[in-house]
Amino acid sequence: MSEYQEAIGRDDHQDGPAKGIRRWLFATNHKDIGTLYLVFSLIMFITGGLMAMIIRAELFQPGLQVVDPGFFNSMTTMHALIMVFGAVMPAFVGLANWMIPMMVGAPDMALPRLNNWSFWILPFAFAILLSTLFMEGGGPAAGWTMYPPLMLQTGDALPFVIFSIHLMGMSSIMGAINIIATILNMRAPGLHLMQMPLFVWTWLITAFLLIAVMPVLAGAVTMLLTDGFFGTSFFDAAGGGDPVLFQHIFWFFGHPEVYIMILPAFGVVSEIIPTFSRKPLFGYSTMVYATASIAFLSLIVWAHHMFTVGMPLAGELFFMYATMLIAVPTGVKVFNWVSTMWRGSMTFETPMLFALAFVVLFTIGGFSGVMLAITPADFQYHDTYFVVAHFHYVLVTGSIFAIMAGVYYWLPKWTGHQYPERLGKWHFWLSVIFVNVLFFPQHFLGLAGMPRRIPDYAVQFAEFNMISSIGAFCFGVTQLLFVVVIIRTVIGGKRAQARSWEGARGLEWLLPSPPPYHSFTTPPEIHPDAHPREIAHPAGP
Amino acid sequence: MAGATGGYYVPASSPWPIIGSAGLCLLMVGFARTLNGGGDVALAMFGGGALIIIVMMVGWFHDQIREGESGMYNAQVDRSYRWGMGWVIFSEVMFFAVFFGALFYVRNLAVPWLGGEGHGVMTNMVLYPDYLATWPTNGPGAVGGTFRLVSAWDIPLVNTLILLSSGFTVTMAHRSLKLDNRKSLLVWLGLTIFLGIAFLYLQASEYIHAWTEMNLTLGSGIYGSTFYMLTGFHGLHVTVGLIMLIVVWFRLAAGHFSAERHFGFEAVAWYWHFVDVVWMCLFVFVYVL
Repeated sequence: MSEYQEAIGRDDHQDGPAKGIRRWLFATNHKDIGTLYLVFSLIMFITGGLMAMIIRAELFQPGLQVVDPGFFNSMTTMHALIMVFGAVMPAFVGLANWMIPMMVGAPDMALPRLNNWSFWILPFAFAILLSTLFMEGGGPAAGWTMYPPLMLQTGDALPFVIFSIHLMGMSSIMGAINIIATILNMRAPGLHLMQMPLFVWTWLITAFLLIAVMPVLAGAVTMLLTDGFFGTSFFDAAGGGDPVLFQHIFWFFGHPEVYIMILPAFGVVSEIIPTFSRKPLFGYSTMVYATASIAFLSLIVWAHHMFTVGMPLAGELFFMYATMLIAVPTGVKVFNWVSTMWRGSMTFETPMLFALAFVVLFTIGGFSGVMLAITPADFQYHDTYFVVAHFHYVLVTGSIFAIMAGVYYWLPKWTGHQYPERLGKWHFWLSVIFVNVLFFPQHFLGLAGMPRRIPDYAVQFAEFNMISSIGAFCFGVTQLLFVVVIIRTVIGGKRAQARSWEGARGLEWLLPSPPPYHSFTTPPEIHPDAHPREIAHPAGP
Repeated sequence: MAGATGGYYVPASSPWPIIGSAGLCLLMVGFARTLNGGGDVALAMFGGGALIIIVMMVGWFHDQIREGESGMYNAQVDRSYRWGMGWVIFSEVMFFAVFFGALFYVRNLAVPWLGGEGHGVMTNMVLYPDYLATWPTNGPGAVGGTFRLVSAWDIPLVNTLILLSSGFTVTMAHRSLKLDNRKSLLVWLGLTIFLGIAFLYLQASEYIHAWTEMNLTLGSGIYGSTFYMLTGFHGLHVTVGLIMLIVVWFRLAAGHFSAERHFGFEAVAWYWHFVDVVWMCLFVFVYVL
């Protein structure tokens, strides 16, 4: 028997997937679990999106027309919690699950059952979170940042929110451990770290951040719980505590968290741009070091979210300079993406369109970030719509566009079908136009003084709010196209090749589309001095 | 794939993850409802959830033990487990770091500011003119009333010696295992367990004494908060470690593990050392200083 056949012939589990719902409930296959994460994140994206529609509907005109102000606050809170923890993070984990084992020539993730547990915690955690909307006192309405003492005025929902976050944290930590073990332990023999695709590198670094900071969030919300129910005084000055302590702890988690949400996006874009430029990524090792620098710096800048709380001057200065410093490695990455395209042989299929929009629009988000980093300027911008504009640029045109780019890029590999290109392009162009209609005016609203987290506003902000809301409704409807693309591609479409894109390089493109249920049960051969894009690349299609 | 061929073991589909997820959900909902005043139904949900989680752990570990003992795990799988346990312990270190960080912030920044130092001068003058910033403190509001302190050189010192000794005994047990001296191994590991139980017993009696007779409770301002949260989570981790040590003891008695391959034992030993190190930090920063 060939080694390959021996490998699958003598194991004690089935060669193909289990039948029916067991396949999904009891999954241990990284491809199935990746699909579970992606479908879950899409559902959460739509849920969070509906909440955004409610927000923008209320903000369409001055006055309180659509919802109760308390409910509005719970919408802003839940919109963020759902999008951050339910849409963006699980989507990137889904992409990681699908692609990392194939990219490193591994048979599966290091700990497949743990992988499934990481996933299945999430539907339960979000069921608990969403159920709070129906409780006495309503859902959490103190902002996703949950600052005490306001957060402690949450009604019955308080412990449910806290435990829901504990569960999400457990899921993320276990998932991150799995990813690190897979990347460090399961690479095909001969595949050196500096030969891995950049998507794998960015996930390796992201996983370290996750393990370091999710426990910090757990600690923060645990202190909220004990202050709320067990009489502790962590955040109560009367007892010797300090509400600002929560802010420090939360943002020590919170800042790395936003880098957790963007580093995998950098990885996706670093896979796509070389493919559609038909050129290797410019400055591979620099990209790795830049990613590592960004991750390290992200751990020491948290208080730039707190410039206005009254920190000592030395602290304010340190955090200002450290924050501005992050722009340097980030800028290096942007220059390297552009340099990758220089003298490339370029085509602009949908994944490339989203990746290019990412580069331009994320950079704009980065510019507003540098503006916010300048402490005295931030005293004006803090808690205004300028901040809202900044983070929506980096998260929507950044993370979300990168996720969509990755989905378009890898759908042919996953399903064996090409997605409908025209529909994809419609989705792209409508999205990119409307996302700017939605968020660009918010810069001006913020600079003009409109505070955030308010359901009603002064009349001078009316016009730009209306424009923003129209952009939101159109952007929201446009995402239905994305759902249609996905469904149509899963069901059918033109057959996709193993190398679904002419310029694509890497181990995953050696496998058929769709790949077999178990791939690389015997590791592929790696050429020892191979360029990262050329590993195990035989001459051929 | 099958360890028999030297390939990496990829397990078949397993019901334990989703069972565990459902159990966690029930546990959390039950706990939350209890906190909201939920009564018997809530407690039942909490208990039911805990039971389901225990069933999951027994089932899952049973599968893993069967796989390990029948040789399905090769050296690469062993390395995955090493990475896994190492990073789990790191995440726990970060969790404790939050509470130590809070302690540091409160002692060095928040309380002095409440006492009028630095930019807290006006806050103190206006709001808390009678407050003297010392440590321990239950704040300007004297929350929880006066309390007395646990002396570091009493039970805490004994507990320090207990845990340090248990670190030594578990290392001796490991040596015995590597030398394939099973009898000696069971004695050393049994000693470790006994020391762990002694630690927990002494901590519990100290807690009862402090809570009922010295008025040192969770509600004793920031001192009580940090004291109980740090030592409490530590005690919880000691309990978990102890359960693991006991399970490993029984597995060793049943003949599991070999002198060469025994990561299950090592993982628990690592965890036990971690618990010991956290205690040392606790002893210094919570009890002594």
